Amino acid sequence: MINAIETKDLNFRYGNINALENINLIIPQEKFVSILGPNGSGKSTFLRILAGIIKPNSGKIKVFGQSIDEISSDLIGYVPQIKTLDRNFPAIAIELVLSGLNHRWALNSTNEQKDKANFVLEQLNAISYSKKPLNQLSGGQLQRIYLARCLVREPQLLLLDEPATGIDMICETNLNGIIQNFSKVKRTSILMVTHDWTSAYEHTEDVILLNRKLIYYGDKKNAFSNENLMQTFSHPQHHHHITFGNLSNV
Amino acid sequence: MFEIFILPFFYRALIIIILLGFTASYYGVFIVQRKMSFLGSGLAHSAFGGVALGILLSVQPLIIAIPFTLLFAIFISYFQEKSNLSSDTIIGIFFSIAVSLGIIFLSLKENYTTDAFTYLFGSLLSVQLIDVWTSIILTILTTFTFFKYWSRWTYATFDYELAIADKLPVRKDNYILNSLIAITVVVSIKIIGIILISAYIVIPGAIARLLSKTFRQMTILAIIIGVVSGIIGLLISILVDLPSGAVIVLFQSILMISVFIFKREK
Ligand SMILES: Nc1ncnc2c1ncn2[C@@H]1O[C@H](COP(=O)(O)OP(=O)(O)OP(=O)(O)O)[C@@H](O)[C@H]1O
Ligand SMILES: [Mg+2]
Repeated sequence: MINAIETKDLNFRYGNINALENINLIIPQEKFVSILGPNGSGKSTFLRILAGIIKPNSGKIKVFGQSIDEISSDLIGYVPQIKTLDRNFPAIAIELVLSGLNHRWALNSTNEQKDKANFVLEQLNAISYSKKPLNQLSGGQLQRIYLARCLVREPQLLLLDEPATGIDMICETNLNGIIQNFSKVKRTSILMVTHDWTSAYEHTEDVILLNRKLIYYGDKKNAFSNENLMQTFSHPQHHHHITFGNLSNV
Repeated sequence: MFEIFILPFFYRALIIIILLGFTASYYGVFIVQRKMSFLGSGLAHSAFGGVALGILLSVQPLIIAIPFTLLFAIFISYFQEKSNLSSDTIIGIFFSIAVSLGIIFLSLKENYTTDAFTYLFGSLLSVQLIDVWTSIILTILTTFTFFKYWSRWTYATFDYELAIADKLPVRKDNYILNSLIAITVVVSIKIIGIILISAYIVIPGAIARLLSKTFRQMTILAIIIGVVSGIIGLLISILVDLPSGAVIVLFQSILMISVFIFKREK
């Protein structure tokens, strides 16, 4: 079977800041993978590359065997990190979900599309605010709408950047359950950035530990060794200059 | 004094103000939501350079001003994309280049003052048939692109990165939008005047923004406000015999402040 994601020597720089360095990964299809790492470790950058928003400076990347440029955007659903979202745009929640179906801001949507959107909103317990303007939604509510925008597409690959931020604990378990369930039913591959190790451990199958470099990818059972965690989480403040990988060069 | 309403220049002005009310406010919606009002101002001043060149060469200024302003729009978009400088800085630089060129062009021409004032402040009497035709062409172009581009520009306005992720050619789309805005600016010059164009384009969108829940509503409302306020402003300006650009923009501003206060009190 074709792998969901393959990367070879992937590098990304913002100006002269190395955000990702030599990432080599092979992720099979239908895995639910969590990505863990300190702030600024390149998690969002990695998802943004997969979503086709930014292009790597060097290295290769394939999603379902295709290059990012040629793959249909129908296959990929991306939920950005909440701190990057803009509430200033005049729109009601359901329009955002419909944009997930239309791949643009449709002037009109069909009833069939609206039914689909409403169905997903119901599943996410978000139907009660489907007609509310974006600027009246709480952070958690907005996050759900973005998730709905993604799920309504029934993508083959889901890229979730901290989808549980701002969502209360009961709902979060619920949310993880919904995502997990969705992945089983639709056989979706999922990459989810999270800072919540417990939920990563409970809900996902594989774990990526990232700190600019790939520290670990594999089964969650072996992920949380002391050595891995040391490498991932030491010196989070100095990630520009120092990681354990190149300490010997300093 | 009512005989003015049967003069041909009045009808030319009326047609232009209706068509421009539509196009300018339509693009104004994107300008407001993308927070690029300064672009309108920058392009208007770029147009000044083009107009001045036209006056210097003694050809129809519009014919020079349109390509001249388009060129500046493309430069501005290009530098916005390629450099780390903020939009304000880039527009400000091109703004100054165009104005400097304009001043130099005009100073090379003898007896330039009257014409130049027309363009700075706008004048109904200066409106010619060619202005009517360019606004008709602009309106057709706008209607034509509406169906393809509204939903794409809107999506990119809402979230630039999601639009890229959905494989929209956002850069190309931006060039097209900025070019159409540039043409709108040039065509508005004679009636509104260079100094007030930016406000004229932006205010209907800003009023609509205060009153709308969705971007679709905002678009429709801005167009209605743009057309109606243009017509009313034009009529008032003729009745009280004051420059129409100034009267229209002042009328729009009063409308905007009223809506703002009304919304606050509610
Ligand atoms: N737009 C940008 N311009 C310049 N540098 C950036 C930009 N976005 C991120 N960076 C830098 O790239 C590095 C990785 O950032 P990224 O957002 O991928 O981290 P992250 O792991 O998602 O962090 P967080 O947990 O805070 O979301 C950081 O050092 C950051 O400063
Ligand atoms: Mg992040």
